[in-house]
Amino acid sequence: MLHIERLTVTVEGKRILDGLDLEIAAGEVHAVMGPNGAGKSTLSNVLAGRDGYEVAGAVTFDGEDLLALTPEERAARGLFLAFQYPVEIPGVGNMYFLHTAVNALRRQRGQAEVSAGAFLALAKEHMARLGMDPAFLSRSVNDGFSGGEKKRNEILQMALLEPRLAILDETDSGLDIDALRVVAEGVERLRRPDRAMLVITHYPRLLEHLRPDRVHVLQHGRIVRSGGYELAAELEAHGYQPAAAS
Amino acid sequence: MSEVIDGIVERDYAYGFHSDLDTELAPKGLTEDVVRLISAKKDEPEWLLAWRLAAFRHFLTLDEPTWPNVHHPPIDYQDMHYWAAPRAKGPAPASLDDVDPEIRAAFDKLGISLAEQERLAGVTGVAVDAVMDSVSVATTYKAKLAEAGVIFCSFSEAVRTHPELVRAHLGTVVPFRDNFFAALNSAVFSDGSFCFIPRGVTCPMELSTYFRINAAETGQFERTLIVAEEGASVSYLEGCTAPKRDEHQLHAAVVELVAMDDASIKYSTVQNWYPGDAEGRGGIYNFVTKRGRAGARAKISWTQVETGSAITWKYPSVILQGDDSVGEFYSVAVTTNHQQADTGTKMIHIGRNTTSTIVSKGISAGRAQNTYRGLVKVLRSATGARNHTRCDSLLIGPDCGAHTLPYIEVKNDTGEVEHEATTSRVSDDQLFYCRQRGLTEEDATSMIVNGFCREVFDELPMEYAVEAHALMRLSLEGAVG
Repeated sequence: MLHIERLTVTVEGKRILDGLDLEIAAGEVHAVMGPNGAGKSTLSNVLAGRDGYEVAGAVTFDGEDLLALTPEERAARGLFLAFQYPVEIPGVGNMYFLHTAVNALRRQRGQAEVSAGAFLALAKEHMARLGMDPAFLSRSVNDGFSGGEKKRNEILQMALLEPRLAILDETDSGLDIDALRVVAEGVERLRRPDRAMLVITHYPRLLEHLRPDRVHVLQHGRIVRSGGYELAAELEAHGYQPAAAS
Repeated sequence: MSEVIDGIVERDYAYGFHSDLDTELAPKGLTEDVVRLISAKKDEPEWLLAWRLAAFRHFLTLDEPTWPNVHHPPIDYQDMHYWAAPRAKGPAPASLDDVDPEIRAAFDKLGISLAEQERLAGVTGVAVDAVMDSVSVATTYKAKLAEAGVIFCSFSEAVRTHPELVRAHLGTVVPFRDNFFAALNSAVFSDGSFCFIPRGVTCPMELSTYFRINAAETGQFERTLIVAEEGASVSYLEGCTAPKRDEHQLHAAVVELVAMDDASIKYSTVQNWYPGDAEGRGGIYNFVTKRGRAGARAKISWTQVETGSAITWKYPSVILQGDDSVGEFYSVAVTTNHQQADTGTKMIHIGRNTTSTIVSKGISAGRAQNTYRGLVKVLRSATGARNHTRCDSLLIGPDCGAHTLPYIEVKNDTGEVEHEATTSRVSDDQLFYCRQRGLTEEDATSMIVNGFCREVFDELPMEYAVEAHALMRLSLEGAVG
């Protein structure tokens, strides 16, 4: 589904990613781990289409050149990014934002729009599962939310937007154990044979809940090591240095 | 981001049509004869002519103010018409059916079908007065208002039918000596709206006036007077548009509000005069004086959404004369291209325990300059006065400017005056977040800007909040939607 070949990314003359290769098939959950500054967030931003990066290499999504698409076109193809730092939009109601986003995607995909009533019912159902108060819908997008609330809101959006490829950028950072469990369960519920996930983290804790199919170590701008779930446990025990050395 | 900025810079004006009406014009220029001509055309009583002439003589002693933070070539006050009216085809319209079809077509194009408004009035409760150039062409729903004792008619009609009310209140809130443009307006004002709500009556529907400048090289000088007697309340909205023309046109209106003890007046404006083209050619000079006087426990609330005009210069104000009176000012001012706005409010605290709230949202794009200028004055008598002011500025693109000029004068040391100000940009983070969720850059910008304005839009009557959203979108979108 996602095919990344020799991805090289430069920001203001500084090379962040340096020939990264990665292949993710439908139904798989992959984890990318790595120390701070390894380029993990750069990878997720570049995949989602944020500007400000010089990008070389090839990225295809279902065979289509992903790098040629605008961020909203990538979203319409089914790419979703759960942000490490969800952005606040004062004055814009969460419900209004989500409903607009869902219908924007549906329009781009040639599907009929969802009415406000039907959408509200669906949103409430998902929120109940995530332990979110329905009052969230009338609050402004992420405005005044705690760190945990913002992350849950990202998972809620992910559930409502029904992506084909979900990228979770450090979704576990800043969460306490309980919030982590709720978020992990939320993610787990979204696993489907036709949906892939790329989980970016530098703590193995989330992975204990998610049990990814593949774990990759990102260091010095490329994948230096790949393995099964057991690799995460090894990193937990020994840190990144041995991985880099091998 | 850059495409959106281009879109904003290239925005087009949707109301720029011109109606082909047979128009009666006074000769160009401003003289005592012109003042007399206007008065005669309107068959005015002697006292009103005398008042106009006094204003005119005072005007001659004044110079145009230079303190606003706006820049324009000198205005030649002799090079414009001070009276323009759609030439009457037969007697004055007795009902909507008699209004000139061209005029009705013009208002239809604006999305204000008079017949439609009359029909809707039963449902949404909106009565409309429409003013084309200098003359009020139709007031809808008069009968229903009359049942409640509410008078809502053109200013000229009020002079004929209720001269005692007009005479008692005209110039009592904005005297002709107030300022240069108020003096000019008082001398040559043509028409406008008059509204009177008797003691204890809550006006049964929204009142609304649409102003339209149609004729070329014409100034529009309307005058609005709203009187709410003790315990009365009313919500009033004005909307404004003008055709596209290459020359600048002057609009110098005066609005006076009288809220007696325990009365409440809510005055909302959606101002979308022609702003000029992308190079700054043409557009309305909007130099307006708006002020209300609040009696004991009375409340006056101004809400304005300003997207039009080449230059805006206006400060809707409240004189908080009675004890416990309340003044509010909620404003969104959008400037794009070469537009300039110097706008804000004055809250004059005279009575005890008077409170005022100011929320101003300025949005600048293109090469526009947006200035908030506000005065909060607490007089010695105003024990326990309180004010809270918040000014937020939003910048879109690198070439625009936002300025905040608060003046605070406190002469009573029990007063509490707070001022907060912020300046921000539509951030790349916000845009990227929205686009990642599937919104286009334009939709994202519009959503973020509308969110920024929400507090003010929430103050608009329901029917117009939707209109304000749409207008904001239009202002920021450009011709290529």
